[in-house]
Amino acid sequence: MHKVVIPIGPQHPALKEPESFSVTLSGERILAFSARLGYNHRGIEKACEERTYLQDVYLTERICGICSHTHSTAFVQAVEEIAGLVIPERASYIRTIIGELERIHSHLLWLGVAGHEVGFDTLLMYTWRDREIVMDILAQVTGNRVNYGCNTIGGVRRDIDPSQTKDILKAIDTLEERTKYYIDIATKETTLIERLSGVGKLSKIDAVTLGAVGPTGRASAVDRDVRRDDPYAAYDKLKFKVVTDDHCDVYGRALVRVGELMESYKMLRQALKEMPEGPLTVKAPRKIPAGEATSRYEAPRGECFHYVKSNGTDKPERVKVRAPTLANVQTVAKMLEDGQLADLPIVIAAIDPCFSCTDRITLIKRSGSRGPAKRMSWEDLHTYSIDWYRKKGLDFTGLNEKLKKWI
Amino acid sequence: MKALFNIFIFPGFLFLFVFGLSAQFFDRRIYARLQNRQGPPWFQPLADFIKLVSKEEIIPEEANPNMFKAMPVIALTAVVTSILYIPMWSPKALSYFNGDLVVVLYLLTIPTLTFFLGGWYSTSLYSKIGAVRALTQLFAYEVPLLMSILAPALLANTWSLTGMATFYSAHPGYWLFNMLGFAIAIVTLLGKLEKVPFDIPEAETEIVAGMFTEYSGRFMALFKLSIDMETIVAASLLAAVYLPFWIGNGPAIGFIVYLLKVLFIIALLSLSRTVFARLRIDQMVSFCWKFLAPLAFAQILFNLAVKGFIIK
Repeated sequence: MHKVVIPIGPQHPALKEPESFSVTLSGERILAFSARLGYNHRGIEKACEERTYLQDVYLTERICGICSHTHSTAFVQAVEEIAGLVIPERASYIRTIIGELERIHSHLLWLGVAGHEVGFDTLLMYTWRDREIVMDILAQVTGNRVNYGCNTIGGVRRDIDPSQTKDILKAIDTLEERTKYYIDIATKETTLIERLSGVGKLSKIDAVTLGAVGPTGRASAVDRDVRRDDPYAAYDKLKFKVVTDDHCDVYGRALVRVGELMESYKMLRQALKEMPEGPLTVKAPRKIPAGEATSRYEAPRGECFHYVKSNGTDKPERVKVRAPTLANVQTVAKMLEDGQLADLPIVIAAIDPCFSCTDRITLIKRSGSRGPAKRMSWEDLHTYSIDWYRKKGLDFTGLNEKLKKWI
Repeated sequence: MKALFNIFIFPGFLFLFVFGLSAQFFDRRIYARLQNRQGPPWFQPLADFIKLVSKEEIIPEEANPNMFKAMPVIALTAVVTSILYIPMWSPKALSYFNGDLVVVLYLLTIPTLTFFLGGWYSTSLYSKIGAVRALTQLFAYEVPLLMSILAPALLANTWSLTGMATFYSAHPGYWLFNMLGFAIAIVTLLGKLEKVPFDIPEAETEIVAGMFTEYSGRFMALFKLSIDMETIVAASLLAAVYLPFWIGNGPAIGFIVYLLKVLFIIALLSLSRTVFARLRIDQMVSFCWKFLAPLAFAQILFNLAVKGFIIK
């Protein structure tokens, strides 16, 4: 059979965000696979440099819609390290609790998406129904379903009162029961196992060489977890097990995620019980002294990394964000070697990709016909755009005056 | 005059149109309720159909316009024709001859062929992959389906659906011998109607909409309609072959019983598409040949034995 190259993306039903993959097929078999990032570049790092530290907390929170707490916590931790702030113990517990609630909602979301990718929509409907429970809890505790706005430099903005604690514990009980049911499905439902096991193999050596992080790495028996290896917030005081699996395939990744859900419930119970009384914030200076710091955070998708450099003003000099998907996306090509077209969506979905959070750079291909590159200043660009529209017959000069006359 | 009435109104096009859309609603509602959802209102299938018909249809530049336009019509025609040979409320179909069983099965294969040709001639990559998958799937499920329907026919010693219905209503209880074949036929029907776990040719997360990717407007509406009607015709076929009881009690009761049987089969289809994940094409083919075909063969041997020892 002759080879065909089919595009998956930038717009495709399997992808929730624009991203371009091109797959060379021989019949149903995948011969080659390549990914192109850069459809979602939003210039967040540059925007961070233009804003104050406090504004940046809210901006970094908007890097990702699913792991918003991840990014704001990672950023805030780096800034606190430069400023030498030690946050109150209660604040660190609240950050941990919201982080774990976020992990629960993210993993439940993944489970549903994975079900949808293999055509098992019932799983999608069930898990997303249950995800509402944790979303409601997050809304109750922080005021928002996503972008919780809970972090601030030097602590957290909202407290968790005893009645909320009770609600969280009740929700966890329900979710734990449901998660047990999903584990039951995942380990017993034949068609699901057929579709997941042996698909997207990634050996331990490959996982280490390609730098897989989070559940993707842990499912290939790479025993790494920032929460244990480099504890932040209140994780050093919590007892938990790092879930690993040696299936090295999509099935293993699903087992790791449901296993982590069970661990999260345990951690939440412990954290809510042991949370000490005390203040929520320490006073943070507006201007952060010169310095630099890195911060790591175990997001639901893997290790998230932030770097902040300050220059003594109220705005950072440089902010660098590396989302976990960037570390994991390289592994997809390896997983798809000798794979089938039908397995492509679930293999991509199995790294739990978050492409919009990943894009830090965009590359514009330059074709030779347009002549050599030239630098343009902001004013040049402005006049260029006016000329460009004039050539098309659109003249916006004096538009305000014209409008006034009309009105 | 009567023939025209039969083809266009009852039990032909209009009846199939109404029943097909109602059955689609029934299927979607059950599917939704099993998934803990509300499901669509009763007029949703009709609203979808009207919306599709009123939309602009786009034919790809590289596609063969004649083939592209003809395929949905051919699919619809084949389905509407095949209902005429299936006994519904009485042991007698509207039209029958010895061998109409083969004709009905043949006519029910035509929609799949038109899906393949329509997808192939729309020249899009997704359509072509979907089309090839549809044909591969056809070769996998068609043989077990044929064999499982052959078994009851062997027992009745006739090649006519009307003959089979007459035989089974004369010998009540004999239909119980064919239950294994019924299970196989339900599974293969999922493949024929391209429903989960066998919706491989139109797996949306892999190849967008498979062979229907380039279809839009009227042509898409006709394809969708012919799938709905095919569901009814295939369910009627299964009801006539495997559930041939309570027929011949007069048209009114017979008709209600017929509707209940068809809805029961559609409910079985909805249930199985709720509880399974989509298989891969290689898994589907090996499942059909390794399990369904031998089981269907076992049903044939069993029926031959029954015929030899019990009926004589």
